[in-house]
Amino acid sequence: MANQLHVEVVAVEEKVWAGEAEMLVARTTEGEIGVLPGHSPLLGLLKEPSQVRVKLAGGEQLTYDVAGGFLSIDANGVTVLAESATPATPESH
Amino acid sequence: MAAGQVQALRRRIRTVKSTKKITKAQELVATSRIAKAQERVAASRPYSLAITKVLGALASNASVENPLLAARERVRRAGVLLITSDRGLAGAYNANAIRTAEQLVAQLKSEGKEVALYIVGRKGVGYYRFRGRDIAASWTGFSERPSFADAKRIGDALIEGFAAGSEAEGTFGPEGIAGVDELHLVSTEFKSLMTQSANAKPLAPVQVEAESEEKSSEPRAAYEFEPDADELLDALLPKYLNTRIYAALLDSAASESASRRRAMKSASDNADDLLKRYTREMNSARQAAITQEISEIVGGANALAAAGSDV
Repeated sequence: MANQLHVEVVAVEEKVWAGEAEMLVARTTEGEIGVLPGHSPLLGLLKEPSQVRVKLAGGEQLTYDVAGGFLSIDANGVTVLAESATPATPESH
Repeated sequence: MAAGQVQALRRRIRTVKSTKKITKAQELVATSRIAKAQERVAASRPYSLAITKVLGALASNASVENPLLAARERVRRAGVLLITSDRGLAGAYNANAIRTAEQLVAQLKSEGKEVALYIVGRKGVGYYRFRGRDIAASWTGFSERPSFADAKRIGDALIEGFAAGSEAEGTFGPEGIAGVDELHLVSTEFKSLMTQSANAKPLAPVQVEAESEEKSSEPRAAYEFEPDADELLDALLPKYLNTRIYAALLDSAASESASRRRAMKSASDNADDLLKRYTREMNSARQAAITQEISEIVGGANALAAAGSDV
């Protein structure tokens, strides 16, 4: 049923992006992690600095440069919390 | 004499008018700033909600002894962060915040603690400097538009001081902060456009609110941690503190503008009243002067006429 992943990218000063996606790829201090719908609950600290990639249905991809970020996965989806999150320039990945 | 009075009144009307222009403009500026400040408060809410939730999950999932969480057995020195504004003309805003801080300081001192004052905003700095009291550190220049970078600067300095504790000698960080055993925050809460209240809250050691857990009936998710819970907590607690300071700065900024708007509105209203009164006084003084002149002329003519008929 849950074949879409609810993703929220939240920076301290504003909510950057929220929506449904196929997959989220981030890099924690332990290593790269890909999150698909139905992932088990997890709290992860993101590597500094790092990029978070949100893969949308239809092959589109959003990339954010994230500083001071961490990741929370629960039953409702994924939340990326960051001190700052800015859309990355398309060619920088 | 009467002509002089009219002139004096005219001068006063001119002054009141130009003062009113200033207060009116300030009122309008403050009104638009309130809206902006409230937007920023709303924009920062998702993050603070999420980090509180995450921290609650983390604290209940892990038995962690973090220096930022544990209350110190002996508190020798306490830090008080007071948020005031950079500019005046904001009614009782600063006076209320400073009074609340003073009460807290008095209470801490009666408990035998030394108090280190950290101040945001020029008005607070001015208050303490004028009275020759020590300020441990101060930050100014952003009270109306605080950014997260400002909050982070303050938070990082305070956390460094707190982590060191009062036993440590010397000072820490670029602001030269001495070690403290607990931290308090005095800020102004924006309740509505009409009500803002200054209050004091403990900042550190951090008390993680576990109330969200009790309310939700669904079983708490068993989180995996990456890296382990201790390290995560180490990384998250400072962020949480910075978020709280940022929220307090934003709330205070909204309160400052609301307070200024109200003060400037009543000043403008008062200027209107004064204008009305002075205009009325000036008109009656002018009429009195005219009446007097006429009666003088009539009296003079009568006297002449009487003198002429006599001869």
